[in-house]
Amino acid sequence: MDKKTLTFVLMDAPYENSRTTTAFRLIDSALRKGHDVKVFAYEGAVALSFARQAQHPNAVHGRDAAQEDHPNPKEWIVALQQAAAQSGSKLEWMNCGLCVDERGVGEVVAGVTRGSPVDLWKWSEASDNTLVIATR
Amino acid sequence: MARKYLQIIETAYRATIEEQDDTCVWIAHAMRGGGADIAVLLRGNAVNYGCKGQDASGLAFGEKRQSHPPDLAGDVAGLIGKGVEVYVVEDDCAERGLERSDLVDGLKPVKRAGLAALLAGYDQVWHW
Amino acid sequence: MANYLLIESRDPWESSDTSSWLELAASLAREGNTVSFFLVQNGVLPARRSAKSAGLTALAKAGVEVLADEFSLRERGIDAGRLADGIKVAAIDVVVDQLAAGRKVIWH
Repeated sequence: MDKKTLTFVLMDAPYENSRTTTAFRLIDSALRKGHDVKVFAYEGAVALSFARQAQHPNAVHGRDAAQEDHPNPKEWIVALQQAAAQSGSKLEWMNCGLCVDERGVGEVVAGVTRGSPVDLWKWSEASDNTLVIATR
Repeated sequence: MARKYLQIIETAYRATIEEQDDTCVWIAHAMRGGGADIAVLLRGNAVNYGCKGQDASGLAFGEKRQSHPPDLAGDVAGLIGKGVEVYVVEDDCAERGLERSDLVDGLKPVKRAGLAALLAGYDQVWHW
Repeated sequence: MANYLLIESRDPWESSDTSSWLELAASLAREGNTVSFFLVQNGVLPARRSAKSAGLTALAKAGVEVLADEFSLRERGIDAGRLADGIKVAAIDVVVDQLAAGRKVIWH
């Protein structure tokens, strides 16, 4: 397998659109295939790594918090970081710093960094390809 | 050699008051400022960003007034002023009743039928 | 000539702009490029044979590889047997493979 470096740009906040799930599916697929992945989170997507996401029960379905095991995207990021480490791939996750500041979500899971659009451009230049998944 | 990027902007007026910008036009400015070789294509509702006379001023919530309402046409003109080629889809303008005289100077019209040829000139095509 | 992958996440009932995305794919193919068209999320809804499928079938006949994300189809209960002509089921891996292969990949 010819290892590539792929950059994904995400914009959607968690819990708002199925683009988030599709993005994670793509990142997961790329890592499983052994590629290195860079994720630049822009706008609402910077909340994906917010460390204070919490699970909750689901009374409609009669499930307590543990039973519901509600997805928190921060856990998905951590799981993908672990998967990457195990498979010898690299996953880098960078939040747009200004987007983090205006949303107050600076408390992030370990390994997530902050940067700027210029960093995105440099990442793209250093990658084999980039896919922007924009919000609407 | 650095890549050539085409930034396609379609969604319009999404959170532009809260952000005091269109964040996709903004990121194009920021990347250009950092040295990226970019061009911009306005399509769909975003063709209206080139329209003169947009005025989002005057908003206040209680005593909290907006300091800098977005100046989208100004930001588009600013990109042009920085040497960025900003294309606008003619058909999308016509469908929205926009005439050439409604638009800021310097926009490069392209027909929908000409988009395939336009895309060919770029290494990366990012659709915002 | 170049290779393209156009991803369509929108459906024609929600967005009138899907027709322009089909048109771009066809136009790129006419210009001699290799084009794949990947339906994902609600973009797979017109893949179930209906009055709105005609554009996808026509695209396939024009030489564009029209693919529908297996997960999105299953999520919406769309059987492979109910797909409009010319549409093939595919895994999301196709997108990653085509990114890795250097195609211009554009999300809609």
